[in-house]
Amino acid sequence: MFDNPELLKLIFGRLTLDALPIHEPILVGTFAVVATGGLALLAIITYFRLWGYLWREWFTTVDHKRIGIMYMILGIVMLLRGFADAIMMRLQQAIAFGGSDGYLPAHHYDQVFTAHGVIMIFFVAMPLVTGLMNYVMPLQIGARDVSFPFLNNFSFWMTVGGAVLVMMSLFVGEFARTGWLAYPPLSNIGYSPDVGVDYYIWGLQVAGVGTTLSGINLICTIVKLRAPGMTMMKMPVFTWTSLCTNVLIVASFPVLTAVLALLSLDRYIGTNFFTNDFGGNPMMYVNLIWIWGHPEVYILVLPAFGIFSEVTATFSGKRLFGYTSMVYATVVITILSYLVWLHHFFTMGSGASVNSFFGITTMIISIPTGAKMFNWLFTMYRGRIRFELPMMWTVTFMLTFVIGGMTGVLLAVPPADFVLHNSLFLVAHFHNVIIGGVLFGLFAGINYWFPKAFGFRLDPFWGKLSFWFWVSGFYFAFMPLYVLGLMGVTRRLRVFDDPSLQIWFVIAAFGAFLIFLGIIAMLVQFAVSILRREQLKDVTGDPWNARTLEWATSSPPPDYNFAFTPVVYDNDAWWDMKRRGYTRPLTGFKPIHMPSNTATGIILAGLATAMGFGLIWYIWWLAAVCFIALLAVAIGHTFNYHRDYDIPADQIGKVEDARTRVLAAGAQS
Amino acid sequence: MSIATVSTQSSEPVFHVIDEHPHPEGASTMLGFWIYLMSDCLIFAMLFATYGVLGGNYAAGPAPKDLFDLKLVALNTTMLLLSSITYGFAMLTMEKSKLGATQFWLAITGLFGLAFLGIELTEFHHMIHEGATPQRSAFLSSFFTLVGTHGLHVTFGLVWLVTLMMQSARYGLTVANRRRLMCLSMFWHFLDVVWIGVFTFVYLLGVLR
Repeated sequence: MFDNPELLKLIFGRLTLDALPIHEPILVGTFAVVATGGLALLAIITYFRLWGYLWREWFTTVDHKRIGIMYMILGIVMLLRGFADAIMMRLQQAIAFGGSDGYLPAHHYDQVFTAHGVIMIFFVAMPLVTGLMNYVMPLQIGARDVSFPFLNNFSFWMTVGGAVLVMMSLFVGEFARTGWLAYPPLSNIGYSPDVGVDYYIWGLQVAGVGTTLSGINLICTIVKLRAPGMTMMKMPVFTWTSLCTNVLIVASFPVLTAVLALLSLDRYIGTNFFTNDFGGNPMMYVNLIWIWGHPEVYILVLPAFGIFSEVTATFSGKRLFGYTSMVYATVVITILSYLVWLHHFFTMGSGASVNSFFGITTMIISIPTGAKMFNWLFTMYRGRIRFELPMMWTVTFMLTFVIGGMTGVLLAVPPADFVLHNSLFLVAHFHNVIIGGVLFGLFAGINYWFPKAFGFRLDPFWGKLSFWFWVSGFYFAFMPLYVLGLMGVTRRLRVFDDPSLQIWFVIAAFGAFLIFLGIIAMLVQFAVSILRREQLKDVTGDPWNARTLEWATSSPPPDYNFAFTPVVYDNDAWWDMKRRGYTRPLTGFKPIHMPSNTATGIILAGLATAMGFGLIWYIWWLAAVCFIALLAVAIGHTFNYHRDYDIPADQIGKVEDARTRVLAAGAQS
Repeated sequence: MSIATVSTQSSEPVFHVIDEHPHPEGASTMLGFWIYLMSDCLIFAMLFATYGVLGGNYAAGPAPKDLFDLKLVALNTTMLLLSSITYGFAMLTMEKSKLGATQFWLAITGLFGLAFLGIELTEFHHMIHEGATPQRSAFLSSFFTLVGTHGLHVTFGLVWLVTLMMQSARYGLTVANRRRLMCLSMFWHFLDVVWIGVFTFVYLLGVLR
């Protein structure tokens, strides 16, 4: 049987034993570590008999809070992978001088920089942003869950499915060697005939379905489920930025889906969209993908702006300065983000008028962003500022992001861009805004809302250690890249000739090492906080003396979030309640209608992932079977009309009484 | 939902809803589905844009004039437009809670949809037979993708239609089923609107060009 190549091809497509990278020691070592770690984790779960618990309470949950936490865990796990890629590149570039080839062969190095970009954007930043929105936003608007709780679970598992495909490429076959946006003709079948680009395409398509659906879900939630009294202009700024981000998601991810579908058609059936002959046009791809790609960066940074707004107001003890201008700035950025995509390829040669238009629109974006910056500064002005961790990240963001913004305006000048295009200056710029803006924002958000999610604060000592390592590491790692970029070094290079460049790469590698320590300190911070949870406990539900509704309920909130739906009179609803002597209602609970858990989401996502695997390896029977199963399960799910249940009033009474006792005990001590 | 208002005797504000009713089931569904349709619309917008850019690149191969049979396309358009009308009848009878009539009109809609797909496939078959394959030129790639994506949507619409007919037969015109039929109605009319774009932009302008 095994010597019948036709049969093997029918069963396994182009998947053969050669796809396993047993001849690459780095990958074998990685696999050994991952496999040992994974097996240990599975063994622990089995030993403590946690499978049932995980399945019932987490994997099948439709609770937006638990889904939010799972998104965060996914993001942090993938951060470790993405960072491993980063430090490998830094090491390679620091040593590949003077005739040395470094330690990464070109074949591997090209996969590393592609995987780094893809993972950091799609499977780190996106899950972390979506996770925070999922967790915080419904609480901020006084809702019990999102509009479509089942869809939420499904979206999460689709994101996981995409991440699984990308991770799988590490050990089965290979990943794309094209850079993170996979420009054709390089990514077309003629130049990338192997599975790398297919892993890229199907990983993103599977995750993209989840992202789009979650965008629709969160828009509906914000539009439909706000607490009575919360008009649009009384929504917390984080909710506003979530709304704009999700509008951007819904209005841009379909573009990505479409353009990747066209690339797949080119690769799978030989159409001529992006080929160089038969009338195809590779620049079409570049245009289309950046029509998605530019809004994408605002998808990431807007929620971070929202986090900074919440944190600044809370830790300055003041109402946010310029709420209305903040909202308008967010909306203006949302709209402008669609009018700038061409600045990613001024060098395409579209002519002076077109380049001027896109250069000017790009510069205009710095106006609303600058307005936001001043709003935060004026909020701090004459405030009683408390330099807790979230505030530290916020202040650092303001300093760092302004540098990134200024280099961005510099790059927006087309003549300057012709010199700096695809140089390390660009690499430094976008890391400057994505790390300094998005990631610092997420860290502020994690430190800020962690006590809400788990009922105890994160340990400040390890948090500060992580903060200083991260921030100093960031400057050491990326400021040299600005210098190198100005000296003309282009991105994605593997070896260098000019020995005078080496010192800058060594400094950058040192920076990456500092960031490594920052990540370790952050993991230790989580571990230490869990161990010290009794000392760090928060019984009030409002550890920071904050201003918005999520702090009105207990930490962690009960399944139903609020025993009674709150009524809102002011922008800072919870601050208003505290100021006007709000007392918690202790009686009169009513049953609460809640959605039931379901396993359909994880099953559908599993089938979609398996279908993606089949398509990547040309295992057509697998793809077909999974597709039919997908349809069958989805249709079967619609035959279930009973998807919710009532939490009885006396059970709510018990939960609320328990909280009353905790609050009373907290008040005495 | 009734909002607890400030009681008349004192100015003490009330910070929670006292007499609460759960959100009616599916309250956000129409909005959510509408937003989904708009995201789908964007996919079509991308395919139209691609056709707009690449539609003239014949690569020395056949051009629209050589390929399109306007009579056949007019017939096809009629099928789809009629299916939209009959879906409208189905919704009208649904409003009157006449299950049998609703099912009848849904079935007619499905048949028109099938006729549309049949004619489209005939056209495709004919073109491919003449050597005008999706691989022949960028024009044909974008043509087959745009029209094919629409056809794929109609196919899914048909699967959905059959599913909803089964569910209506089994559970009657319940609130949930009415909502689902309403969503499919929006989907079906949306495909009609997209087709009008295809008909004008691809076929009519193509023959003029």
